[in-house]
Order: sequence, then C-alpha cells, then structure tokens
Amino acid sequence: MCSRSLNPRVISRAIFSPFLSSKALVATVVPIRIQPVRGARSKCLHDRAVLNCQYSMATFSTAERKRRPHGDRKSSEMTLHLKQTFEAAILTQLYPRSQIDIYVQILQADGGNYSSCVNAATLAVVDAGIPLRDYVCACSAGFLEDTPLVDLSHVEESSGGTQLSLALLPKAEHLALVEMDARLHQDHLEGLMDAATRACKDLHAVLDRVVREHLQEVSTQLGE
Amino acid sequence: MAAVQMSEAEKVYIMHGVQDDLRVDGRGCDDYRHMEIETDVVSNTSGSARVKLGLTDILVGVKAEMGRPKLEKPFEGCLEFFVDCSANATPEFEGRGGEDLGTEIANTLYRVFDNGCSIDLKTLCICPMEHCWTLYVDVLLLQCDGNLFDAISVAIKAALFNTRIPKVQMIEDEEGTKEIELSDDPYDCMRLDVENVPCIVTLCKIGHRHVVDATLQEKACSMASLLVAVTKKGTITCVRKVGGGSLDPESVFEMIETGKRVGKALHTPLQEILRKEESLGKKRHKVGFLG
Repeated sequence: MCSRSLNPRVISRAIFSPFLSSKALVATVVPIRIQPVRGARSKCLHDRAVLNCQYSMATFSTAERKRRPHGDRKSSEMTLHLKQTFEAAILTQLYPRSQIDIYVQILQADGGNYSSCVNAATLAVVDAGIPLRDYVCACSAGFLEDTPLVDLSHVEESSGGTQLSLALLPKAEHLALVEMDARLHQDHLEGLMDAATRACKDLHAVLDRVVREHLQEVSTQLGE
Repeated sequence: MAAVQMSEAEKVYIMHGVQDDLRVDGRGCDDYRHMEIETDVVSNTSGSARVKLGLTDILVGVKAEMGRPKLEKPFEGCLEFFVDCSANATPEFEGRGGEDLGTEIANTLYRVFDNGCSIDLKTLCICPMEHCWTLYVDVLLLQCDGNLFDAISVAIKAALFNTRIPKVQMIEDEEGTKEIELSDDPYDCMRLDVENVPCIVTLCKIGHRHVVDATLQEKACSMASLLVAVTKKGTITCVRKVGGGSLDPESVFEMIETGKRVGKALHTPLQEILRKEESLGKKRHKVGFLG
C-alpha cells in the first residue's frame, strides 16, 4: 500500500488500484516552508497551509497515446478538483505559512481516474501523518438503462450516459466534491447519489482496514 | 536531478574507498546494484517493463501505432522516445521542471538507437511509403537514485522484448484501393528481435578510478562521467561525456574498455531473465506495483 521514499522531503507514497484496471500512484510531501523561488504565483497564507496538487497521466496510460502528461485542460481541471477535495479534509490551520504538495501520477487509466486519485491521495496523506478530518473516499456512478451503476469503467464512461463523481467524508457523510455530466432526470438523482454514497462507505471500510493492518505491521516491527 | 549535499569529509571518504576498489555499500568498482525487472505491468500498452535499480524506479511503456514512414526512409518504421520526469521523484520536477532532464535523456536515446543494427526497423514496415508501425517508447521516471541512463536502457530493452505488435496484412482490391486487415486472433502477434539492442553503461570518474552504477552520493564526488552504449557483441553505438569536469584522453579509453566489458556482461543474464519470465506464462506471480 505505502512505501517510504528516498527523498527525505517526500515522506509517503501510496498506490491505489481499484480492480486492477486503473492505477494511480500518489506522493505526498510533508509540510515545508514556502520558498520564494518555488512558483511566483504561490501565495503564503498566514493562517493555514497552501495545498499544491498536480495531476499527471503517463503517456501510455490511456488506450490512445496521450501526447502531454500534464498541462492540458483536463489535467488542470483535475488538479483543481483534487485541491478542492483535500482542502475540505486536511486540517490546514495547523500548518500556517507552509505548503503541502500532493502529486498524483496515473499509470494506467480505465475509468474512475478522479476516484483512484482521491483514494490513493487519502492513503498517502494518512501515511504522511498529516491530520485529516476524515478519510476522503471517492467513487464514480452512472445511470445506464434505468440502473444506477457504480465505479464506471472507461467503456461505460464513454458510452455517453450520465456520470457522477462523488468525494465523501464517510463518518459525517459530508460531500467534499460532487460533479455530474450529461442530463439526468431529477427523480433519479437521489437514487444515484445514494448508490455512490454506499460505494464510498464500502471503500471507507476497505481503506480503514488497510491502514490499520499496515499500522499493526509497522508497530510490530518497531516493537521488536 | 536532485543533487545530494555532502561534506568534504564524506567526499574524501568515498574517493579513498574507490581507489581501493571498495565502495560505501561494499561493491567493487564494476558492480551493479540489485536490479529488479518486471515486464507486462501496464495492460494498455503493446509492451511495458519496470526496472528498479537500487532505489531508482523506471517504468517504460511501448505503444505501437500505425503511421506514415519518414520520407527519407520509406521502407522502415519509426521509433519515437519520450521521457517524462514525474513529480513523484522530486518536487523540482513539478510542472515543467522535469522537461530539461527529459529532453536530454530522450535526445541521448535517439542517438543510441539511431543506427542500422539496434532494431531492424524494416520489420515495422507494412506498405512502403504509405504505412508503417511507429513505436512510441515512453519512459516514466518514478524515483531517481542515480544512474538513470543504465536503468532506462535496461527497461527499454525489456519493454521492447515484451512488445507484441498485431499482425496486419495489406489487401488490394480490383480497383486498386488498399486495405489493412487485422488478424482475427488477438494473440497473433509479431515480436521484435532485441538481440542487438544496446545497453547504456555510465562510468563516473572519481579521483583516478572510475565506477559503474554510481549512486547520487558518488555522483556528487565525480567531476565527469562517460556514457557508453554497448550491444551484446561489444559494438559501441554511442559515447557521450556528461558533467562539468574534463577527462584525460587515456582515461577515456580506459573507461570505454571497462564500459564495453561491463556492458557485454550485462546482456546475457538480462536475456536469460526475460526468457525465464516469459516461459513462466500464466504461472508467473505478478507483483506489479503492490510490492
């Protein structure tokens, strides 16, 4: 799940791979002082940490080769979504005048990119020891042939039906991010969101179990 | 690449050790670190490989796409390289920070492979002057711990060995229109002959001796390095000096000889491991990224 990284400033990396179809590799950097050289646009906030995200896809990750790994519109949009999601979850007030970097690298994409990123980044942030309000679990959902479907694959996403992305803080059932494409009748919306919420809660159970197992392993090793 | 900060005492320690053929981790001057290779890690590609050399982590994906051959080489396919330095390796690679390093590595790879003997590009030709296979070799740097070129070249060789290109046939109608027909069997593929694909050996000059597979700390002690691309038969396809220091011509010849010897010795075990991995077939225990 997580591995220690070489660079002392990068303190945790996590890999999330839902059903072995999409793989996202995430690295989180411990809060560091903002240096004036790093990005003229980064503003130092006096009362909380600045969150710096980057979403990057490997050129061979998609079925059709991608020309630019990051910097295009879709990657910038994803970066902003990730930033919004994690600003809702990370207790940034505890790190004034600092910067937390979250770099997500997609190795293989088969639908559910945003969800994989969020789940992997949650694990990375937990491994880094950065305080969170709650786990952030994300899932995509869609509506095809009057049936709500959860965790859409690439084929299902490109079929043109409704697509809902949901990022949830499971305990309080607060939504960090909701995004929907295409048309959907109002009556179906609640059913779809319920399906997505249930999937996120299932994911929460899995993530929690993995974190506790890992923690047990580490504490056993340290205990010896 | 992330530079390591070292004190003078540490540098002197490393230099003295190297002079006595003993490096900090106990290796000799011509020894590689522990290398892990796994192929077929990304399913969306025609071929892929992941190499871990010490803590350096490289992922290579090969995608075969149909395109037009180059005007000056109408009977050959093309090989395109792209190197992406992921921000996972070091925060300096965020945004466009890794572009310089990526372009440098990609240009070196073009030079290494730009000869008639590494890959037989004629096998990639479908219809002269009209259709050919273009192999896009994409390298992703996940973690940098020194010696990128060696790891990248081994990964490229493994990925090209793993590449499966679907077999196509040109069918010509009575009207003269040509159509490309794909074979019905998805497993009916063409493989590439990677016997002559070169491996790059980087030699770093430390003091009066040179070392193979330098770590970041050893690189910080060296003034100049030499890249030698060597094939299985010992043919050199590319020699390049990197680094700010200057090299004595005699030491250059010595380094080339060492590079040839080490490079030649690298190919046989590599080929063996790749064949063994493939022969395991479905029984192979796939580690992928969860390990």
